[in-house]
Amino acid sequence: MIMRSMLALLIAALAPRPGVAQEPADAPPALSSARDSAIDRDTRALASQLRCPVCQGLSIEDSPSELSQQMRGLVRDQLRAGKSPDDVKRYFVSKYGEWILLSPPAHGVNTLIYALPLVALASGAALIAIVVRRWTRVANTEEDGAPRGRETSDEITRV
Amino acid sequence: MNNALGTSALRVALGMALAAIGLAVWGVRRRDEDFVRAAYAAVYANAVLISLAVAAMLTALLTHDFSVKYVAQVGSRATPTLYTIASLWGALEGSILFWGWVLSLYAAAVIYANRKRAGALVPYAAATLMGIAVFFGILLVGPASPFGLVSPIPADGPGPNPLLQNHPLMAVHPPLLYLGYVGMSVPFAFAIGAMLSGELEDDAWITFSRRWTIVAWGFLSAAIIAGMWWSYEVLGWGGYWAWDPVENASFMPWLTATAFLHSVMLQQRRGMLKLWNMCLVVSTFVLTILGTFLTRSGILSSVHAFTQGPIGYYFLGFIALVLLISLVLIAGQSGRLRASGSLDAAVSRESVFLLNNLLFAAFTFTVVLGTLFPLVAEALRGVKVSVGAPFFNRMTLPMGMALIFLAGVGPALPWKRATRAELRSQLMPPAIALVVVLALSLALGVREPYAVLTFAFAAFALVANGREFWSGTRARMRSHGEAAPIALARLIGGNRHRYGGYVAHIGIITVVMGIAASTTFKSENEATLKPGGSLVVRGITVRLDRVWGQEQQQRFVVGADVTLLEHGRAIGTLTPRQNFYPTSEQPVPTPSVRSRADADIYINLMAFDERGASATLRILIEPLVSWIWLGGLIVMFGAGIASWPTRRRAGAPADVRAPARAPRPSPAPHGASATATHAAPSTDLSGAD
Amino acid sequence: MDWRRSTIGAAIALPVIALLAFGMTRDPRDIPSPLPGRMAPDFVLASFTSPTGSTPARADSVHLAAMRGDVVVVNVWASWCLACRDEHPVLREIGRRYAGTDVHFLGVLYNDNVESGRRWISEMGGQSYPALEDPGARTAIDYGVYGVPETFFVGRDGRVAYKHTGPITEGVLIAKIEELRKAHPVAVAPADAAGGTAR
Repeated sequence: MIMRSMLALLIAALAPRPGVAQEPADAPPALSSARDSAIDRDTRALASQLRCPVCQGLSIEDSPSELSQQMRGLVRDQLRAGKSPDDVKRYFVSKYGEWILLSPPAHGVNTLIYALPLVALASGAALIAIVVRRWTRVANTEEDGAPRGRETSDEITRV
Repeated sequence: MNNALGTSALRVALGMALAAIGLAVWGVRRRDEDFVRAAYAAVYANAVLISLAVAAMLTALLTHDFSVKYVAQVGSRATPTLYTIASLWGALEGSILFWGWVLSLYAAAVIYANRKRAGALVPYAAATLMGIAVFFGILLVGPASPFGLVSPIPADGPGPNPLLQNHPLMAVHPPLLYLGYVGMSVPFAFAIGAMLSGELEDDAWITFSRRWTIVAWGFLSAAIIAGMWWSYEVLGWGGYWAWDPVENASFMPWLTATAFLHSVMLQQRRGMLKLWNMCLVVSTFVLTILGTFLTRSGILSSVHAFTQGPIGYYFLGFIALVLLISLVLIAGQSGRLRASGSLDAAVSRESVFLLNNLLFAAFTFTVVLGTLFPLVAEALRGVKVSVGAPFFNRMTLPMGMALIFLAGVGPALPWKRATRAELRSQLMPPAIALVVVLALSLALGVREPYAVLTFAFAAFALVANGREFWSGTRARMRSHGEAAPIALARLIGGNRHRYGGYVAHIGIITVVMGIAASTTFKSENEATLKPGGSLVVRGITVRLDRVWGQEQQQRFVVGADVTLLEHGRAIGTLTPRQNFYPTSEQPVPTPSVRSRADADIYINLMAFDERGASATLRILIEPLVSWIWLGGLIVMFGAGIASWPTRRRAGAPADVRAPARAPRPSPAPHGASATATHAAPSTDLSGAD
Repeated sequence: MDWRRSTIGAAIALPVIALLAFGMTRDPRDIPSPLPGRMAPDFVLASFTSPTGSTPARADSVHLAAMRGDVVVVNVWASWCLACRDEHPVLREIGRRYAGTDVHFLGVLYNDNVESGRRWISEMGGQSYPALEDPGARTAIDYGVYGVPETFFVGRDGRVAYKHTGPITEGVLIAKIEELRKAHPVAVAPADAAGGTAR
């Protein structure tokens, strides 16, 4: 029962979510409007998915490099002009190639990277379930009813 | 002189390693103890000789002997002494020398500790260790030779990479990492030794190598945390983990090693998972070599990448050899690695271990897949793709959280079988903690689902692990009448593996809480200030005092003095800097961090006016970051407890442990001694858990 | 030893090793650009030097699309870039050779300030072609620049024909230019073909 609910929890938790976005706990600067803070949030989320071309694997959101700052500015301007996040991503891909996205777009061969870990987990879990069932059935038909159970306080303190 | 001494020492050391292999194998084949002893002597000699070479290199570095190739590459008269010593492992050839040295020391120590054991296991393990030493020895006399005459002798050198001179952690992280990485050769060698010698039935290879595995794991854990800390304090982006290939390279063997530390208990208690444990030990070692390969071959671009060269091909060949030999041996011996026991019930600590191994395996698989996928995509589609933090976070966060949850379930469940009543009584207090923290987080307005769940699971696991100490101490107080502190100390001392493990759990949970808090509640602000100007962030006033420039021994530094004020009172000063080195195009920034228990205030100097009239500062407030480093210390402490040698007391339960160490009739043929001591060692758990 | 199983074990190892061996043949730092073959992104940038390298009285601006029908070499550089020093003599010399023909050279300053740029140019002996300012690196990003120096070759049809990363050599420079010059000019009105404020 516990195993089943733990498995359910696992599967529920694995449902794909957009990346780990950060909650800006600070109040936005006084001059901006509600729309600006939404744009700020979108900029941050989008920038976290774009790779800084002059860094080693950092996103343009995290990187303090000059090019990253400039790209962030461009992202914000494009969002403010009404473009959708996908449009912005498409723009950067057209300039730098798929490499500019920190998560490979899920099409073709790339789907392997998303699917294989889940397949591994699922098949591993299934394997364990089968093996556990087989082993406990064997053990239960073998045992002679000797009581087992939690270690006594003696056992805890002994070895 | 240094060159001559170093080169010849390394050459003879290589010879010693080769001799040790030959002597050990011959000694086992001919059942001749003298040859085996000679092999061990060669192991010790190898250690002495490489130590000599290291001494020669250190002397050359410290005396600025630029006639030595490596010193001409990384040495400089302007570099402070600490970093001159650290440059021993800072560049490619030096790092290979350091690896070979640590390996030789581990080999000598392990063989010395096991020198009296009869049988073929230890000689074959020695041969395996020396086999690895031969590989590094070949590199050291060949393509990665740090010694070599430079003529004409330069007057000075360029110094180490500027990024490696910025922080004292540079002296700490690599040695820890090598102690961890190379330490994983020991269980590997014993596993191979067991398969080669056929001495598989009594799990001796696990018993002999277990302490070493825990020690290596402790160092590796500390090394990863130290690496995160270095990255945080030096690289300037306010983060500590970017899923860079080389970070992953240190993390992957850690994952499999941690899985092994758990599943090995299943093998010792229930005779299960023998094949799986072999695979885990081999994977751990292969992953350490893979990691080294990734950073030295240039196939993945990374923060850490050393210079390229032919070295990559050597490592590739070595990986191929190790993989082939290991897989051939495991597959071939798989018939003798059958489980000799089984589970009693589905709900028990055993099944929690099975689940946690599944999660660790899936976690490792995901990280390997993500790290190597750019190569796969290029091979299959000819297109370059990136696999970065968003991918890794999304795929591994759920697994990590599940593991934290299990770290609470495991200690709470008994071995063998848990009745419904036990389940309720054991899991209720942690479950209550989980619900309380869940409610509190939501009440305080935290909405990020991952954060909320992480804190809830952390509370669950903390209570579960804490209760083990609590109830164990109470039971001891009752039965032995001891006072609480003594009871606690005796409790831990009497079962170091178990309680060391619980301490390590608490350490990991602390780390995870630090990570969760600092990512979710981070705040970021950027401002250009004039001297005297200030900015208020989360109740803290950040005031720029002045911008200055200073010529130093090996660089030119521009800094900003910043005062932090809270409620009108100054709580500290920070000095973020930009360092200009003559050999580097762009300045290397040094952020300045003020750590408190509740949050870190992290300031980076982004830009400055050349006349000092203004500075652009990036100010990050990251809660609970120091918990990550604290958690690392706790993990090390736990590993220390678990691996501390136990003093044998007369007439005490120590008798249970005796059989493994009793001198066996020597040298017995493989089968006999194994079966004679078959029963006893299975219950010998040197600190049952 | 079960040798049959052993071969299965060996078989598992082989794809991994093959993948790593493949990796040894690739250079992870070389990012292929999607630009070649596409229309060169248009820009209007202010020049901060006159053709003789001195400060102009009035800042001219250069419009790329106005040079349609001619060959354009766009070189992205910075004063803090060490490799740019290596290639500048080549650009200066070849630039002078093609001055006044249907081949235009443009230098775009990347993440640097104009003062440093001017100083650098005069230190390096001046250049016959305009140096352009790119505020916010918008044009650089438009061209997918991820390091300096980078040189783009735009053909008569306005498409990017070739991108060169790293310092350019005389051989490559002349070869690419001549290759693009041989291509037929796009049928455009004479005013466009001959126009362009860069002259």
